[in-house]
Amino acid sequence: MIDIHNLSYQIAGQPVLRDVSLQLAKGGVVAMIGPNGAGKSTLLSLIARLLPLQSGSIVVDDLQIGEATDIELARTLAILRQDLTVASRLTVRDLVGFGRYPYHRGRPGAEDRELIEAALKLFDLADLGDRQLDTLSGGQRQRAFVAMAYAQDTDYLLLDEPLNNLDIAASRALMEVLRDLTRQRGRTVVIVLHDINYAAAYADRIIALKAGEVVADGAPSTIVSDSLLQDVFQTRAKVKTVDGRPIVLV
Amino acid sequence: MSKWLCLIALAALASVSLFVGVIDLLRVDPAEIWPLIRDSRFPRTVATLLTGASLAIAGQIMQLIARNRFVEPMTSGTGQSAALGVLLTAVLFPTAPIGLKMGLASITALGGSVLFFSLIRRLPPTQPLLVPLVGLIYGGIVGAGVTYVAFQADMLQFIEIWMNGEFSGTLRGRYELLWLAGIAAALTYLVADQFSIIGLGEAVSINLGLSYRQVVMLGLLMISVVTALTVVTVGIIPFVGLVVPNMVSLMAGDNLRRTLPITAMAGAGLVLIADLVGRLVIYPFEMPVGTVIGVVGAIAFLWLLYKGGRRAG
Amino acid sequence: MQVRITLMVAALVLCCLAYLSLGARGDWSFVLAFRASKLAALLLVSFALSWATVIFQTITGSRILTPAIMGFDALFLLLLSLLVWSIGGQAYQALPVQGLMAANAALLCSAALILFKVVLRAGRDNMMQMILTGVVLSVLFRSLTSYVLRVIDPNEYAVVQAASFARFSNIDTSLLTLAAGLSLVAGLGVWHLRHRLDVTSLGPVLSTSLGEPPQRLQWQVLILISILVSVSTALVGPVAFFGLLVTSLTYLIIPSSRHADILPAAALIAGIILVGGQTMMERVLDLNTPLSVVVEFLGGLVFLFLLLRSLR
Repeated sequence: MIDIHNLSYQIAGQPVLRDVSLQLAKGGVVAMIGPNGAGKSTLLSLIARLLPLQSGSIVVDDLQIGEATDIELARTLAILRQDLTVASRLTVRDLVGFGRYPYHRGRPGAEDRELIEAALKLFDLADLGDRQLDTLSGGQRQRAFVAMAYAQDTDYLLLDEPLNNLDIAASRALMEVLRDLTRQRGRTVVIVLHDINYAAAYADRIIALKAGEVVADGAPSTIVSDSLLQDVFQTRAKVKTVDGRPIVLV
Repeated sequence: MSKWLCLIALAALASVSLFVGVIDLLRVDPAEIWPLIRDSRFPRTVATLLTGASLAIAGQIMQLIARNRFVEPMTSGTGQSAALGVLLTAVLFPTAPIGLKMGLASITALGGSVLFFSLIRRLPPTQPLLVPLVGLIYGGIVGAGVTYVAFQADMLQFIEIWMNGEFSGTLRGRYELLWLAGIAAALTYLVADQFSIIGLGEAVSINLGLSYRQVVMLGLLMISVVTALTVVTVGIIPFVGLVVPNMVSLMAGDNLRRTLPITAMAGAGLVLIADLVGRLVIYPFEMPVGTVIGVVGAIAFLWLLYKGGRRAG
Repeated sequence: MQVRITLMVAALVLCCLAYLSLGARGDWSFVLAFRASKLAALLLVSFALSWATVIFQTITGSRILTPAIMGFDALFLLLLSLLVWSIGGQAYQALPVQGLMAANAALLCSAALILFKVVLRAGRDNMMQMILTGVVLSVLFRSLTSYVLRVIDPNEYAVVQAASFARFSNIDTSLLTLAAGLSLVAGLGVWHLRHRLDVTSLGPVLSTSLGEPPQRLQWQVLILISILVSVSTALVGPVAFFGLLVTSLTYLIIPSSRHADILPAAALIAGIILVGGQTMMERVLDLNTPLSVVVEFLGGLVFLFLLLRSLR
């Protein structure tokens, strides 16, 4: 479980998160939605200790962020951010291989290699394994990074807008893989999404943020509505229910 | 496979280097051969190999930490800071032993690199070319400081020695510090994966459980020691740290676990060849190694950039 | 911005007055005439270098490139040493001054055109590649020069060496008229192109879609740059970081990307640095350190300070 308690964060005096408290139970896909600047990425970065805590606390399982060791945390949660530019010339296999670093610390074993190959296969990268990252398309590179996070084999996977560079087929494939991870392996995926329809289709729980506060939280069918869009995004869009699932008409 | 070929070629070149010099080994009294090799030819050959390998690795590590391909210790302030340290020691403690000189040079070099990296940390990642720009100007500032001090202390000639690397003065008893540089560079292989990950950026490093700051400091320490030792013993040799890692990266990528040995061999080979050419091209006089590297390295680099790069690119 | 320009004009005028008057002794008319011609040379150099760098950065679309970084100075020295090597130092020095400058300028122009054309073609869509090429080429030229210098005999070495260091204190004023004429022509040319340069600075895609493909301007601009740089190199020799420093400062100080604003400001800043620095060095501090060292040191510090402040 990720337990977030009274979390606040400021950048240059401007509050980005205001006293957020959340419990994210183990297992399932949790989608975070909200307008630009709502604090979603900051929240994710704080959980992943990429930013130092200012006030409040975050506990992942029994690991207190800010106190637990780097390696313990690296084996518990993995994060993938939006910015995927890499100056290094690495092959896809190299990159995915670094996902195993928290376990082998520089000495990969047979098990690590198997997991790397499995990750390449799962994300449809087997043929691209020896290609250099800078020769890939945006979507392929995105998949390589997701595969790296997957290879890290953590209970918690935090993804910041991973669908940005993907077409509809790749987006659906990725979301399905993530959902399978939660169903078959009991993993927890926390994902920032812009497209509410993807959130409604694949998430078990949606958390809506606005101006640094949680304004809605619950199962997609219960919270995605005309009024949510009006409140959170200030836009008038109709929500219809198709096959028992809410769909935003854009 | 190709690694072994490289190693054999390097060994062959090194043995050739033992035979090149003003005195022809084949025509000299056999009793003098051993002292000649022991006191001059062997130290010189080893010095070129150590310098080349450690500078190439230092350049590679610096580029990974800066996440930028255009920086190298000798042009981004580290080399100049080391020279400043040597100069200050020479001005303040003219009789200091070489160990103290080296220590002070390492400290100023480390200070210079830490300052450089704290400067470039603030640069926006959207403008990667600002990094070498700041590096050039920063190196220029420190270099101007060195020239100024030298001018005031009337030591411009000393500066010339440290600013232009040369191996002609390498003799037994005067190059051994380079072994330390070689060891410092070799130690990086133990933490090769950590440095590769650093090259992916701070977020990825933290995510994979690396203590980013420690690894960066370790890298800077290694760069500074290598640079300072090189400046103290042979002088500034530019370009090796820039060209070799870029060439290796173009051909073999950036996974250090795989490429560090190649980088070391390529650096050693480049400096050795340059020194050989320098000894032969205007025989019996010598061309400084930096000049030859400028020509040989530049041509090799351009060729790679336009021909070899296509394959990897 | 008008305020800043006015302030800069005032600062430059002050620097010039200080340069002319401070510490003058003896026959005033003689001193003034002597100093005025040196001042004119300094101003010409400021103008030529700053404008050359600004338009070079515009057509390459990069704020880090300067003709010097791309190997222009290095190429000049290489050609010079080759010339001295082939015809001999005495024959070289026996050439008439004006002819020498004309020959230098012609050499520079043709070499620069080839160099820039090659480099720019190499990096048409790959800025990193272009910069690497330039940096590597300049190392190549510099090394070849020092190779040639080692081969030629010491007397001829001195001829080349005299030309290869920036010298602000003993400027070759006999070239002034020719240099002024060339700068005027090139300057008018640049000014005439200023609006097209504005469009070019938007980048290849936007400028092409606006009907001003960057390739079309390249030749004209390159010729103008070659003329301007040869003027400055002939007068004071190569000054590595000066151009970069001036444009960096200009873009930090002037909140505009219109060439009609940038060009005058760059020339003013260059003038203030050169004339002010030279005054300080020669008249006030009475230091014997070369100005290029001070320019690099203080100018570099100012650049870093402004850069870091602008990021905050």
